[in-house]
Amino acid sequence: MLVHLANVLLSGVFHASILFLVAAGLQVVFGVQRIFNLACGSFYALGAYVGVSFVQASVQAGLPPGLFVLALVAGGLCVAVVGPVVERGLLRFVYDRDETFQLLLTFAVVLMLEDVIRMLWGTSPLSTGGLYLLYGQLKVLGVTVPVYNLIVIGASLLIALLIGYMLARTKFGRIIRAAADNREMSEALGVDMRRVYVRVFTLGTLLGTVGGALVIPATAAMTEMGIELIVEAFAVVVIGGLGSMRGAFVGALVVGVLRSIAISTYPELEMLLIYLIVIAVLVLKPRGLFGGAAA
Amino acid sequence: MRRAGLALVVALILAMPFVAGDYYVTLMLPFFAYSVILLGLNLLFGYTGLLSFGHALFIGVGAYAAAFLTSKFGVMHLEAILLAAAGAAVLIAAPIGGLCVRYVKIYFAMLTLAFGMLFHSFLLKFYFVTGGDEGMRVLQPFLLGFDLSQIPKVRFLTRPFYYYSVVVLAVATFVMWRIVSSPFGLCLRAIRDNPDKAQSLGVSVKRYRWYAFVISAAYAAVGGALLGPTTGQVDPNLAYWTHSGNIVFMMLLGGFANFFGPLVGALVFIFLQDTVMSIVPYWRLVFGAILALIVIAAPGGLMGLLDRRAVSWGEKSRQGGAPP
Repeated sequence: MLVHLANVLLSGVFHASILFLVAAGLQVVFGVQRIFNLACGSFYALGAYVGVSFVQASVQAGLPPGLFVLALVAGGLCVAVVGPVVERGLLRFVYDRDETFQLLLTFAVVLMLEDVIRMLWGTSPLSTGGLYLLYGQLKVLGVTVPVYNLIVIGASLLIALLIGYMLARTKFGRIIRAAADNREMSEALGVDMRRVYVRVFTLGTLLGTVGGALVIPATAAMTEMGIELIVEAFAVVVIGGLGSMRGAFVGALVVGVLRSIAISTYPELEMLLIYLIVIAVLVLKPRGLFGGAAA
Repeated sequence: MRRAGLALVVALILAMPFVAGDYYVTLMLPFFAYSVILLGLNLLFGYTGLLSFGHALFIGVGAYAAAFLTSKFGVMHLEAILLAAAGAAVLIAAPIGGLCVRYVKIYFAMLTLAFGMLFHSFLLKFYFVTGGDEGMRVLQPFLLGFDLSQIPKVRFLTRPFYYYSVVVLAVATFVMWRIVSSPFGLCLRAIRDNPDKAQSLGVSVKRYRWYAFVISAAYAAVGGALLGPTTGQVDPNLAYWTHSGNIVFMMLLGGFANFFGPLVGALVFIFLQDTVMSIVPYWRLVFGAILALIVIAAPGGLMGLLDRRAVSWGEKSRQGGAPP
């Protein structure tokens, strides 16, 4: 029983650590640019596909398969270049528009990226084969967990800490917080908002693509994975509070673990439960658990 | 001039089954259904200023009502089905709307999205009730009490069902026209443009928003019920969030500032999608680019381009901010 519970919790935390990355990307963009970026899920899907390609390429190039994690991260980082393209090419035209139009523009990006993925990688699911268990499994007190899961959880925690450090301690972090707090005032004080927006959106994209790349050994890349994940990430940021990094962290844990528990006990409830919580939070505490905190 | 144009369009629609091929005639059927849906959606967005990103919920309610009534309860009369769909949507929209209209803008969109996905996961997971991802069958309904199952399916769709849909759309359009040109419609526009002022003038903002929400839900369900008989099948994707996005896309494509704009949007969307898909399989890429272009360069949509006088409030509107 206890072993079962531990297994459920661990798989929930693994999912949560991926969710956190995508949700963090959503948060940083919303916090600064005030745009709810539906395309975050598409960036995640893109990262996953590029991850598969990078791993295949690295194996073909004769690199030891043990290095596949590095190939994944490299793939995620490289494909983040779509971030500035989308920001400069599309989003910058709508910053002074009603936010419903901004939302729709990101929906346009969702549509386009879905077909870009179909064009480049086809419609059948892709996976990295047996690499998932390459690092073996860890057995502690009867609980079995793939080492790769632990690596991802660790990496996600590390990224969370890095983001926290960046926001709190670095100059760029201070600028982000200032811009999130008061755009006009920051501009008046000499912050180049254009540059901040490009960087912030690239950071948001990067978190999504790396999240997608890291999930890929554990699951297959599918064309619908983006539009499916975005609603989960949406649940995360609503529960945590829009624009808050701490909110993304806690929200991801809530969604990841609850979903895992629901799947193992009462599968019908899987996402139903999550949406019920989202609605409850929106109705009772629309700013979420950590709403109003700095980006 | 305007009347002549409208008369011409009506004449074309009525003549279509006799001049166009069956394929294009059946393409008109989803157009009629989506037109009904979009009339309602535009009452909420174009007239009241609330963007629902979960309106597919009510399309799903209507479509599944048709499926349940025909294949589980043996209720075959389409009039009864449409009424039941609207009734079910009102019952479901009343509490949901009550919660949603407390918010505006992005929070309204998010809450409607969450409700839509709640319903979607119900349809998907409770397969012993809803058939899960396989969905349910919609049997061919009786029209005005006549059992037309003797007629071949295509003939049924292109003649009796076609004209039935035209009449439903005509009634829906007439009722909606009366709604938006009534004092009630004026109040909704006042709420859209300046909720605080409307409130101070004695308009109960939340209650009127709630009315608009419930009416638009009923429209979506009627349209959803009309979608069923064409394909003979409903599935949870009808309630998925991308479907909500697509109908918002249709509305924007035609132009939400114009009463008939969303209908134009639905027509162009359906026929363009068909054309693009016959050339390349990547209609989303083309349509995503079109949507991006519209949002950036022509927020008034196609009708906005035609009619420059159309008031575009795509620029930052002065609507109320975040929720309390």
